[in-house]
Amino acid sequence: MKQDLVIVGAGPAGMGAAIEARRAGLSVLVLDEQSAPGGQIYRQVERVTLTETARADRLGPDYAHGAALVREFRDSGAEYLPGAMVWQIEAGKVWYLSGDRAASADAGQILMATGAIERPMTRKGWTLPGVMSAGGVQILLKSSGMIPGADTVLAGSGPLLYLIAGQILAAGGRLQAIVETVPSSRYLAAARHLPAALGTGYLSKGLAMLMGLRRKGVQIYRGVSDLEVTGRDRAEALHFRHKGQAVTLTTSLVVLHEGVIPNQQITRLTECAHDWNPAQDCFEPRTDDWGNASVPGLMIAGDGAGIGGAWAAEAGGRLAGLEAARAAGRIDTTTRDAQAAPLRARLNALIRGRGFLEVLYAPSAPVPKDDATIVCRCEEITAGQIREAVAIGGLGPNQVKSYLRCGMGPCQGRMCGPVVTAIIAEERGVSPDAIGYFRIRPPLKPIPLAAIANAEPGDG
Amino acid sequence: MSFTRTPTAARSVQFSFDGMPVQAREGDSVAAALLAAGIDRFRTTPKQGKPRLPYCMMGICFDCLLEIDGEANRQGCMVEVRDGMQVRRQDQSREVRL
Amino acid sequence: MGSPDVVVIGGGLHGCATALHCARAGLQVELLEREAVGRHASGVNAGGVRQLGRHYSEVPLSVLAMQMWRSIGDLVDDDCGFQPSGQIKVAGTEAHMEANRARVARLQTMGFAHEEVIGADELRALLPALSDGHPGALISRQDGFANPYRTTTAFRRKAQSLGVRIHEGRAATALTRDGAREGGGFRIDTAQGPLRAARVVNCAGAWAGTICAAMGEPVPIRAAAPMMTITAPMAPFVSPVVGFSGAPLSFKQFANGTVMIGGGYSGEADLDTGLTRLRHDRLAVNLRTAMDLFPVMAGARIVRHWAGVEGEMPDAIPVIGPSSTTEGLFHAFGFSAHGFQLGPVVGLLIADLIQQGRSRLNLADFAISRFRTQDET
Repeated sequence: MKQDLVIVGAGPAGMGAAIEARRAGLSVLVLDEQSAPGGQIYRQVERVTLTETARADRLGPDYAHGAALVREFRDSGAEYLPGAMVWQIEAGKVWYLSGDRAASADAGQILMATGAIERPMTRKGWTLPGVMSAGGVQILLKSSGMIPGADTVLAGSGPLLYLIAGQILAAGGRLQAIVETVPSSRYLAAARHLPAALGTGYLSKGLAMLMGLRRKGVQIYRGVSDLEVTGRDRAEALHFRHKGQAVTLTTSLVVLHEGVIPNQQITRLTECAHDWNPAQDCFEPRTDDWGNASVPGLMIAGDGAGIGGAWAAEAGGRLAGLEAARAAGRIDTTTRDAQAAPLRARLNALIRGRGFLEVLYAPSAPVPKDDATIVCRCEEITAGQIREAVAIGGLGPNQVKSYLRCGMGPCQGRMCGPVVTAIIAEERGVSPDAIGYFRIRPPLKPIPLAAIANAEPGDG
Repeated sequence: MSFTRTPTAARSVQFSFDGMPVQAREGDSVAAALLAAGIDRFRTTPKQGKPRLPYCMMGICFDCLLEIDGEANRQGCMVEVRDGMQVRRQDQSREVRL
Repeated sequence: MGSPDVVVIGGGLHGCATALHCARAGLQVELLEREAVGRHASGVNAGGVRQLGRHYSEVPLSVLAMQMWRSIGDLVDDDCGFQPSGQIKVAGTEAHMEANRARVARLQTMGFAHEEVIGADELRALLPALSDGHPGALISRQDGFANPYRTTTAFRRKAQSLGVRIHEGRAATALTRDGAREGGGFRIDTAQGPLRAARVVNCAGAWAGTICAAMGEPVPIRAAAPMMTITAPMAPFVSPVVGFSGAPLSFKQFANGTVMIGGGYSGEADLDTGLTRLRHDRLAVNLRTAMDLFPVMAGARIVRHWAGVEGEMPDAIPVIGPSSTTEGLFHAFGFSAHGFQLGPVVGLLIADLIQQGRSRLNLADFAISRFRTQDET
C-alpha cells in the first residue's frame, strides 16, 4: 500500500512530523532502526519512565518531555515499524529490512529524520579499547544503568560533555577529570553572543552543571591541546599539554566528545545537495524553511538537516509534517502557515542562543597532526597515508577511498568521512566545500546478502 | 575500564560469549551486556590484528561487530540480548590462504 | 611550450596507458580528463586480470597483455596489487563442458594454450567451498586480479614522470581539423582554452561516441553501468577468481576477507551527470548466482553496491585503431566489462600506429569501419 508520507527515524523530528501529518489526515509510516520510539535523545524513554522512575528523574526534565512526545506519537495513528533498517531510497520507494526480510514501501513523500552523529574525534590512540564516545557512555548509562569507573576522564568540548558528567555524578558515579580542548581565546570570542544566549537558558544550565562538578572533586583542565591516548591493548593513560606543561592522567576509560554533526549518510545516498557550514564546521543538506531537500519528493528534518538540538528538531519535524500535508493537498497554504507560526516562534528563540555555543565549542583540531593517527578505523588507514594519497594526485575523498580503501569498511565512511575531507582540504589549501564528500552507495548499512538476493519489491 | 550498575527491577537474561555463560539485564544491547561483564575485546582488526571494543554504541562505528547466533558482522550495540543467545568474538586477523 | 604531438582525450586506464606508451616512444603528450583520472570504469571495475573466456579476436591482445602484467612493476614502477590467483569458469552442465573442450581445441589451433579444461575432482580441490553438482570447469592458471584504481594511478604517475601533462577537470568540448596548421592536425577546444596537436587519441570511454559522430563515423556505443557488490570481511574460503558458464558472474575474495561479486549486470548510466542508478532486480539475480555456487555466502553481509559508467559495443569487442574518416585520429574505447586486463597493451598498439603506421598485432577485427551502415559504403 502506498503511504502519503514515509518517515525514516523516530526521534523528535520524525515523531513531530508524524504527529502533524497525521493530524492533517495523511497516512504515515515511520521506519525506525531502534526498538522503540525516541531516537538517541529520548532513547528507550518509555521503558525508563514506566519502570524506573528514579532513573527518569535523574535524566532530567528534557527526558520527561520526551516521554510526553512519544505518547503523542503513539496516539497519532501513524504506523510505527521498529527494528526497520532502511537500506535504499529511490524515487517514491523506501527499501528496508525488517528482521531478516527485505521489504519496500511506496511513498508520496519521504522524510529523512536520522539525526546527528558525534563528530569523529580523531586523536592518536582513539581506536584503543577503553576509548569511547561521550554519546556511547551516555547510552550505557541511559539504557543499561551502567556507571563508568572513578578513573574515567572526559575529554574534548561541547555541552554534551558537561551534561554527561552531570548525569554520571547524579547516578552516584565519580569522575577523575574533564579535559577541555576549548582554547581560552574562544571564551572571549563567544562572549559577544552572550546577551542572546542568556535569554535562552543554555548558559545557566551550563554553569549549574559546571559548579556541581567542581564540588564533587572532578579535576577540570581547560585550554588543553595535543591529546593522545596510550596503552598496549587497552587505554592506560591520557596525555595532553596544559598551560605549557605535559600532563599524563592514568585512566582506563577516556570519553571523547567534540560536538555533533548531521548524519549525512542518508542524504548523501539520495544525492541531496549539501553545503558547508563554516560556523559548525560540517556539511549540511540544503533545505528550504519547510525541510524540502534539493531532490523532489524528499524532505529532511531535525539534526540531520542541521544541528539544533532536540527541541529545534521537534519543531522542524512538525513544520515538515505540515508541509507534507500541504504538498499532499490535505491543507492549504494559509492553514499551514497559521499552524506553523507558533512553531517558527519557538525555533527562532532556540536559534538565538546557539551562536554562543557554536563559537565556544567549534572543534579545535579536526585534522590530526600526527601522521601515525588512524583516521579510518575499519581499514586502519592513517592520516599520513591519506596525505600521501593527496600528494600523488588524489584530488578528492572518492579518489582517496579508491586508492586506500579508506571509508570502504563496514562503517561505510561514517567515522572517517569528515576527517578525510578536512585533511584533503588542508593539504590542497581549499575549502571543504570544494572538496566534497564520499559518494555514499547502498546499502545504507551493511545487510545480509540473502535478504537482497531474495528481495521482492512491495513486500511491505 | 569497569562499570557498576544501578539497581534495577529488570529481569535477568542468560547468554553465552565464546561458550562462557554471561548474565545480562533484559533490555541490554549485546554490546552493553558484554561491556558490563568486563569483556576486554569484541574483535580483532582484519589488517593489524588489534583488539577493539565498542566506541559509539549507536550504530555508527561498527567496532562492536560480533558473531551472533552464527551470523558474523552483526552490530552488538543494535541487537538486544536474549536468553540463550550465542555470541562469539570476531577474530578477523587469521591467516589468509592464497 | 609548443603544441604536443599527441592529445589523448579521456583519463581512464586506456587513456593513461596510451599517454604512457606514446611518451616512451618519445612523443610529447597531453591528456584531457573532464573529471578526475580513474573516475569511472577504470577506477571502479572488478579488477579482473583475465585471459579466460575472451572473444577469439581479443585473445592475442590479452596474451600479450598478460606478459606485461607479469612484470607490471617494470612498466609502471608499482605492482598494481596484481595477484596471479588463477581464474576458473565453473561449468554447470555437460553441455558447458563440451563447449569448453571445443573452445580449448580452437585456441590450440590458434597457437594458445593458456586455457584448460579440468574435471570435477580438480575443481573440488581448487574450490572446496563450491556447491555440489558441477562437472568441471575452464581454467586459466596465470590469470588473477589487480586493484583497478591503483593501477590507473600507477599508469598516470608513470606517464607524468615521462613528461605527459595531465589536465584533470578539463573537458574536450569540440574537436576540429585545424586548417591553419601546416601538415594538418587538430584543434581541441576546452573551456580553459584550445589545444592543438598533430594526433588525437579518443579514449573517452562511454563518451567516445560523441567524438566519432562529430568526425562523421557514428558508432552504436551504449553506456552501461556494470554493478558490483562487496561484502564485509569473511573467513577465507576462495583463492581464484570464479566465473560461471550458467549465468554471468565474477566472484573473488580479497586478502582482507571481503568478497566482490560482479558479472556485468548493468544498472542505469546517465552520461550527462556521470552518475549511475542500481537495478535491484538484476542485482538480486547476481547475488542468487553467488549464493547458489557458494552456500557460505548466505551468511555474508553486503557493505556496498556500486556501478561505473562504461562504453559497450553491440558485438562486445572494443574499437581500437585509426579513424576511418580522419587522418591523425585514433580510437580506443568500448571495452565494457573486459577492458581492464587489456590496459597495458592497447596503448602500446596505439603508440605503434602513431609511430610506425602499423601495430605489432593485427587490429582488423576492432576497426571502427565495421559499424559503417550500408548506404554509407
